[in-house]
Amino acid sequence: MHQSIVVSGFGGQGALFAGQLLTYAAMDIGRQVTWIPSYGPEMRGGVARCTVIISDEEIGSPIVRNPDVVIVLNNPSMEKFREELKTGGVLVVNSSMINLPAERQDIRVFNIPGNDIARGMGDVRMTNMVLMGGMLAANPVVPLAAVEQALRDHLPERRKHLVEPNIQVLRRGYREVANY
Amino acid sequence: MARELWKGNEALAEAAVRAGVVAYFGYPITPQTELLEYLSLRMVRLGRTFLQAESELAAINMVYGVACTGVRVMTSSSSPGISLMQEGLSYIAASEVPVVLVDIMRGGPGLGNIQPSQGDYFQVTRSCGHGDFRPLVLAPATVQEGVDLVYEAFDLAEKYRTVVIVVADGNIGQMMEPAEMPPMRDISTEQPDWALVGADGRSHRIITSLFLSAEKLETLNLRLQAKVQRVRENEVRYREHRAEDADILMVGFGTMGRIAQTAADMARQKGIRAGVFRPVSLFPFPSAALETRSHQARRILVVEMSAGQMLEDVRLAVGKDYPVEFYGRMGGVIPLPDEVFDAVEKIHAEMCHD
Repeated sequence: MHQSIVVSGFGGQGALFAGQLLTYAAMDIGRQVTWIPSYGPEMRGGVARCTVIISDEEIGSPIVRNPDVVIVLNNPSMEKFREELKTGGVLVVNSSMINLPAERQDIRVFNIPGNDIARGMGDVRMTNMVLMGGMLAANPVVPLAAVEQALRDHLPERRKHLVEPNIQVLRRGYREVANY
Repeated sequence: MARELWKGNEALAEAAVRAGVVAYFGYPITPQTELLEYLSLRMVRLGRTFLQAESELAAINMVYGVACTGVRVMTSSSSPGISLMQEGLSYIAASEVPVVLVDIMRGGPGLGNIQPSQGDYFQVTRSCGHGDFRPLVLAPATVQEGVDLVYEAFDLAEKYRTVVIVVADGNIGQMMEPAEMPPMRDISTEQPDWALVGADGRSHRIITSLFLSAEKLETLNLRLQAKVQRVRENEVRYREHRAEDADILMVGFGTMGRIAQTAADMARQKGIRAGVFRPVSLFPFPSAALETRSHQARRILVVEMSAGQMLEDVRLAVGKDYPVEFYGRMGGVIPLPDEVFDAVEKIHAEMCHD
């Protein structure tokens, strides 16, 4: 097993954190992992993204040209990664904010109204977790339970009150795709 | 100690703390800043010294001063900042005091950009300042290896009373990987017999880099060269990946070594026998090991995030008649595994026509 996953959105949409959470979950169940952010001279409102690699073996390159899976949270990310996604790859789309079409027949596309679901469950800032839940249903790279456990284990003490709401939102996103 | 997820810069900082660094002086610069930021809290909480200097020049001279007292001291920066430190590093080398320096390389020349690069190879391996000296230079490819090398760097700096540079590109500084931290060392209370700690009850000691007599300066230089020779004999490090039966041997350090590893695996899937030789010590360069390995391979492909700097050391190692090819990108562009694989495939096609 060797998989590359990109999470991409506006700064503030939680793309980097969602990727980190997945990385923690995979590490905790014994996988090899790397997490690498794009760290260019980004401005407020610019695109923030990270690449996560999860593997059974030692990881060589931490970056890829054509990722296996992409979670896109906004239109600029969609524009970039609908082209770069590998043939046969999985594209998880935040349809609340993205109106661009995927324009490809050789990939699997899952549209999830992330902002709407997160807002409906109490906080739009949990959009990233809706999409992460959906990705895990479309592409079970790690079990949902491992990501839930990673939330419990790795959120700092002052954020512990956010664990339960985030788990609920993760599960909701998961069901959204499981029932697709 | 369990494996934890660490950001490269922060992991290097924590490794220095555990190695017993007593004082840190530095100046922020991307993509290295998290190292300094991490220490700004960690060192103060431990009651050790953290100081953000007014410039890299000030930082390296503060490091010089503290190193003369015989305690563990370090600084870190990124390419343009390392350029600014060169005068101080030369004085430190001449004074034979132990110093650890971390360079998280970015695109150059000039102010360049903040993207990953390996364009400091010449700067760090050739001398890092005027005069005849060679720092010991170590290049990790993973966060764990960076931790281990920084931890060991302080021992090496003291063993040889020299400058040890741990050099990585911005990728390694910014990425997160699992790493296991080494145990926390006690701060050494032993004072070396050359340290300047007050001459109460004994004759004074002098640490200087000024020797007006040519003979005396030559004596210092001969001592420095003897040290370089011992470093060459004892501190060679490298790693290999599928090199034992490789027809095409890629040579790359740091991040490029990892990318070459992926390219080698891609090539193997296509039936091309490719492998990787990854120098970990850039000085001393693992020339003899590479030369030996080159007999079994048919072609060498050097891969770097530069115009080809380590390439010169590879050519010196294998000789002018050995076929050495090069693939690199500059300016902060990272060659992706498929590009490197394409270069391998092209060489393979040429070999088939030979």
